[in-house]
Amino acid sequence: MKKVFFGFLFCMLVSFADAQTIYMTKTGKVSFSSQAKSPEKVEADNNEVSSVFNSQSGEMVFAILVKSFHFASALMEEHFNENYAESNKYPKSTFKGKINNLSAVNFSKDGAYPVNIEGDLTFHGVTKKVISTGSLTIKAGKINAFSKFQLKLKDFKVSIPSLVADKISEEIDIVVECNYELKK
Amino acid sequence: MKKLILFILLVSITLPKVYAQDDLMKMLDNETRNDKKKRDYATATFKTSRLINGHSIENVAAGVLDFKISHRFGMVNKGSYELFGLDQATMRMGLDYGLSNRLMIGVGRSTFQKQYDAFGKFKILRQATGGRSPSPISISAVSTVMLKTLKWEDPKRKNYYTSRLSYSHQLIIARKFSEGLSLQLMPSFVHANLAREVTEPNDFFALGAGGRIKLSKRLSFNVEYYHVLPISLVEGESYRITGTKNSLAVGFDIETGGHVFQLHFTNSTGMTEKTFITETTGDFFKGDIHFGFNISRVFTIKKKKK
Repeated sequence: MKKVFFGFLFCMLVSFADAQTIYMTKTGKVSFSSQAKSPEKVEADNNEVSSVFNSQSGEMVFAILVKSFHFASALMEEHFNENYAESNKYPKSTFKGKINNLSAVNFSKDGAYPVNIEGDLTFHGVTKKVISTGSLTIKAGKINAFSKFQLKLKDFKVSIPSLVADKISEEIDIVVECNYELKK
Repeated sequence: MKKLILFILLVSITLPKVYAQDDLMKMLDNETRNDKKKRDYATATFKTSRLINGHSIENVAAGVLDFKISHRFGMVNKGSYELFGLDQATMRMGLDYGLSNRLMIGVGRSTFQKQYDAFGKFKILRQATGGRSPSPISISAVSTVMLKTLKWEDPKRKNYYTSRLSYSHQLIIARKFSEGLSLQLMPSFVHANLAREVTEPNDFFALGAGGRIKLSKRLSFNVEYYHVLPISLVEGESYRITGTKNSLAVGFDIETGGHVFQLHFTNSTGMTEKTFITETTGDFFKGDIHFGFNISRVFTIKKKKK
């Protein structure tokens, strides 16, 4: 019976420890901008990104409501939703990925750690493998994750009509920033 | 054996979950399920704030200025001598501005009857899903005042400034049925301070109907029709001006970034509610059709906070 009890205790501990490795945010930030030489810069922010990160396995997932990308120009926002992202048809964008060099990160010690991320990004109904670099900054038990990378519109079947081709570049800069807290 | 079963049972209860990416995704979905019930407004029911001649359910957004130039050429059945109407043109220039996302105002000047107009348009109800009060339709109210500044027909009689004024009040009830199809109804009331004849009315009631079918992301086909209703407030008066027809217009919206081009055919010459609802004289099916276009260019005056 003792054995059973210890076994039980062990499992409790493991499962407790496991719960300590899940981090989450609902207010992550994703922004994008187009580098085209146009007086009207095409850029938008989304401050309602939710993400879960497992610090034990290095796995991270993101869910983004496409309609929550906000532009300075209302018309640009309408066109983004109507013509380019087609957010009624494809309301959600997701990322399922993993940090490849998790061993380089010491979660119990404050500091900034460069990381490599690899995963599948889904946007506009197209899933594509994305590899990027970023950083994890550990401070007082919280994790700040930052990454910057480029995507090609073509890869996600977003077509730019020739009429506005000088206003939107083929490559889009994406910046991701999340402040994770332990999931309760 | 008993011990073993107990052990397995306990282990299986407390076994640490292995979080694969899909499980993380499920966890995320569960956490954000409540957020999904957020109110989601129908956007871009039409491409611009005018359907063709009259208003659509759309407003310009807060802080956005919309410069509109509208042309109606002469009638196409005038033949090649008038180059199918292109020799004549009437024009309206207008500026619309969004005070808030619900309220917009606008002013305009038409060459037709040398008319000035000003309007206010308010979104009463917005089509939305989710949230506490989802709505299947949008409702807006538009009120326009029009000032005719043509020289008096008879300067010898006593003329009042107020005789130049007329008013229109419209409700717009619209629904975006799908990405491709939007329809709207426009119950309308027009009042003119001065009627031409004693037997002609000062008050007009009309029901408008219109809609669009999107042909591609940037091109849509629009129809707009106003039917003057046989309602007369004063006995002995007719319900419409003698010889006038109901206004019908068909056209295309072409959107190119900051511009919207509207190309259309209509039997109405005027571009304000009083003129196209009550004073349309052309018979659409006899070829009294004007080719026309509206050009809309928007400028973001006040950037909204991101």
